[in-house]
Order: sequence, then C-alpha cells, then structure tokens
Amino acid sequence: MTHVAIHGDVTPKAKTLPEAVFAWLLIGPAMLFIAIIVAWPLAETIRLSFMEAGLGGEEYVGLANYQELAESRKFHETIVRTFYWMFLSVALKLILGLIGATLLNAAVPGRGLFRVLVMPPWIIPMAIGMIGWLWLYNGYFGVLSGAMMTLGITGGPFEFLAYKQSAFYSAVVADVWVGTPMVTLFFLAAMQGVSRDLYEAAWVDGAGRWYRFRRITIPQIMPVIVSMSLLSAIFTFNSFEIIWILTEGGPRGATTTLIVDTYKTAISNFKFGEGSARAVIIVILLGVFSLIYLNVLKYVNRKYGTK
Amino acid sequence: MMDKYTKLQMVGIYAAITVFLIFILLPFFEMFMASLRPLEHLFRSPYQFWSDDFSFQAYSDMWETVPLLGRYIFNSVFIATAVTVITMIFVVPAAYAYARLEFPFKNGSLAIFLGVNMFTGAVLLIPLYRVLRTMGLLNTYWAMIVPGVAFLIPTGIWLLRSYLEKIPKELEEAAFVDGASRMYTLRRVVLPLAVPGLIVVSTAVFIGAYAQQFLFAITFNQQRELQPLPAGLFEFIGYQDVTWNQMMAAALTGVLPVMVIFLFLQKYLVAGLTAGAVKE
Repeated sequence: MTHVAIHGDVTPKAKTLPEAVFAWLLIGPAMLFIAIIVAWPLAETIRLSFMEAGLGGEEYVGLANYQELAESRKFHETIVRTFYWMFLSVALKLILGLIGATLLNAAVPGRGLFRVLVMPPWIIPMAIGMIGWLWLYNGYFGVLSGAMMTLGITGGPFEFLAYKQSAFYSAVVADVWVGTPMVTLFFLAAMQGVSRDLYEAAWVDGAGRWYRFRRITIPQIMPVIVSMSLLSAIFTFNSFEIIWILTEGGPRGATTTLIVDTYKTAISNFKFGEGSARAVIIVILLGVFSLIYLNVLKYVNRKYGTK
Repeated sequence: MMDKYTKLQMVGIYAAITVFLIFILLPFFEMFMASLRPLEHLFRSPYQFWSDDFSFQAYSDMWETVPLLGRYIFNSVFIATAVTVITMIFVVPAAYAYARLEFPFKNGSLAIFLGVNMFTGAVLLIPLYRVLRTMGLLNTYWAMIVPGVAFLIPTGIWLLRSYLEKIPKELEEAAFVDGASRMYTLRRVVLPLAVPGLIVVSTAVFIGAYAQQFLFAITFNQQRELQPLPAGLFEFIGYQDVTWNQMMAAALTGVLPVMVIFLFLQKYLVAGLTAGAVKE
C-alpha cells in the first residue's frame, strides 16, 4: 500500500473534462446500445399492440387486440395459470433455498465441496438441463417412471409430460431445479455475513439453534429474502425455455404461461399485433411487481435496519 | 463450542445434504448414464437401472449422426466469447462512472439499466425481430450476439461497479495531482488494479452468454451452420429416430467448456456474484 498523503480537495487541472461530461461519455455507449436494442423495441411493442400486424402489413385497430384478450376465457385462464405457476415455483425455491443454505452453512467437513456441487443447474444452459429433464420424465427410459414401475406404483410406463396435471407440476419441478441454486447461494452468502457476535451472545443466554435461526438468521437476511423473492418471481414469470423445451405449452395448453402464449401468438403464428398486446400486459405486470417490491424492500430495510 | 454437533445431528445434516444434492444432480447423473447405454438397450422392458453393456460408443458416434456437432460447439463458444468482449467494452467505462463519479441522473440512469433485467428477450422478440431484419442481421452471428450483449450489459455494470468501489480512491487522486487526464487515470491506474474484478465479471458474463443462446438462436437464426449447441442438439431428435444416448453425450460434451471455467474460478465467482447479499 503506497501512502500518498493528500488532504483537502483534489481539483483536476483546468484542461480536464468536467466530471458530469466525462461520466456521460463513459455511460453513453452502453445507454445508446440499450436504447436501440431494448427501449426502441419496447416502444415498438406498445405501438404494435394497437395494430393488426402480420407478415403482410399493419393496420390500426385501436384497442381491438386488448378487447379480444379481455373477453377471451382462454386468456384469463392463462393469467391465472401464470400466477399459480409463479407463486408455487417461487415458494418452493425459497423454501428449498433456505433449507439448502442452512445445511451448507452448517460447520461440517466437506461443505466447500457441497457448495460447488449445488451450482451446475445455474451455470449450464437451461436448454441443456431441460434435455436431462426430458429424459427423466420419459415414461419408457426415465428413471422416475422406472422406479415407479419397479415399486409397483404404476403398472406401466408413466409419461409425466403427457397429462395436463402431471405436465404442469413436472414443469414446476424443473423450474425449481433451475432456480434453487441461485437462491441457495445468495442465502448462504447472506448467512455468512451475519455477525458471529449475535449468535454467541444468544448462545451464552442459552438460546437454542432453532431460536437463533428464527430470531437472528431470518431477520438478518430478510432483505436478501425479499430481493430473491422478487428476482425469482421475475425469472419464473419470464421463464420460457423450460416450458418450451419440455412441453411447448401443452398438453392442451396446460403449461401455457403468458410468456409462452405471447411467443406462440407472435413468433409461431406471426400475429404480431395480438402478440404485442400480450407483451404489453406482461410489461405492465412486471412493472407492478417491481413497485410492490421496492416498497416492501424499503419497509424491510427500515424494520430490520441495515445500519 | 456453539457449532458443535452431536453424532446424530451430523448424520442428519449429511443425510439432508445428500437428499438436496440428489435433487440437484440427478438430471446430470441420468444424462451420463443414458449416454453410456447402447440405443437398443434403452427400449428394454422391464426398466433396468443398471446394465452390463455400458460403453462410450455414443461419444464417438455422435460426431457422425450430427456432422455439424463440432461446428455447433464452436459456434456456442464463439458467440459467447464475442458477447463477452463486446459487453465488457460497454460495461467497463459505465461501471467506472457509477462507481466513482457524481453526475446528473446517476440514480435514474442506473435504474433504467437495471430495469432491462426485468424483460427477458421473449417480451421484446417481435420488434427485435424487425429491428434485426431492418439492420440485415437476421441469420448471421450478429443476430445472436447483439441481443445477447444488450441483456448482459446491466448485470455486468452492476457486478463491476461494486468491485470498483472497493479500490482505494487515493491512487486515482494521486494521479490527478500529478496532472494525469481522466482517461489516462482510468486506463493506467484503475484498470490494472481492477484486473481480478474484470476476470470475475467477464467469466460471469461468459457463462450468462453461453446459457442464453437458445431463445435468440431459434428465433433469429435459421442458418444451420451458425446454430449454437443448445439449438443444434435438437437435431438428434427427428432424423429417423431419436438417438438419445448420443444426444446426452453431446449435451454433456457441450457443457464441458463452461464447467471447466467455472471449476477454476468458482470461489471468486460465488463471492463476486453474491456480493450484493452481504452487508458491508
């Protein structure tokens, strides 16, 4: 460490750029890129949602696309399904993440290795992980169906992805599998950041493990729990590849969430206008999530104090 | 003393960890087992958990079944590398600005960047398809690189910013006093100090870029020779029949590059990625 004794203001020479100009020069390129690839398409999506648009051309139709969605029973079902999918999956990820992080945080030999072994689903391309799940869910080759046959639970091969209910819950499990490692590792990092003094003080007072977990660990990592809930909610809500590869939204729409519905409408059927209306609804819902999240986070930070 | 466990508790902890890891690793284990089984074996009934005819044959046959397999793996690595390099070119200056400088709309513009994280490509695919078509980029590598960069810039800025904030300010101030320009200070003082952080963030971006290719590839690219592995793998389905064992072998081979990088850097990666979770 070189000790350079400078005190007081450091005023750059007159020829140097003003700080604000320099800063915007640095941010400018990234901002411009995002503007072209994200912001402009977003604006286009909104515009297209008022159009009847396909491969041929476009025609202004006002709110017709939205009206159609408002009246469609199928679309209502899709929204309900999407939220059910999201809540179920996020809840499972948080519970498993909390259990996993607590286990990996236990001072037992080998925990460094366990931590590494938890990560692969997060690291590898989702599309490749889903090939593994396709295999597991296969009625003839999959070990799950094989185990069920051997144990006599089912008489013959069971195709997990062929029935409405089982396909939906199978997709949830695969999504939980993809999302759990990230949640686990964030919880673990937060747990490791909790000061030992707190635990020791409680321990001296005779507090048991469960009490320490409830009264120290949980409140201390609450901000991270809240952040992870929102992040996983957004990921799950947006989750496309998992469903697309496992079921393409089937069987008979049982796994069609908003994002899959949007993709099918716009990209598979070239109904750009109707697809855009769905995309706009997604954006609005995501915006609402974020607002709720920011407020909850503010409340949590106030309540549990981040110093 | 506080952390002492009884024998029974130890057994319980290890048992629970084992169950947890089985859930996480089962798909990989099954993929590996499937890759070792000869194809005709897969159709045997009743179901067999173990077989006596395991072989690595699929790992050599797969290159013939899908002749472009090598190309797909190359494409994946190439696209991810290009995305990483371009992303970092945008990220480094911006992250420095957010870490060190004070300027108007600082928080507002940062919020805009982070807001991008809310949308996955799927929401923007329709107009993005048209943007890329207008720019003549459909069915080129760029069709998969350009959107990839856009969706990784925010994460990159966020990660690198928190790293740069930890570098002591005094060194930059000393350079200033010596009359160095802002750009010179950034290039010659800050960047060399930030090398470890740059490596972690680049690795995280690379892994992200490697993982996100599927959606962009199936939507923006029809050119088979340019397809990345996650999309190309589906060629094992639908020739005459599905060569499952080779598909699994190819999938595992395809994750090898990221797994190797990850294993080397996992300690720093975990610390870097979860930095936001730890209170300062």
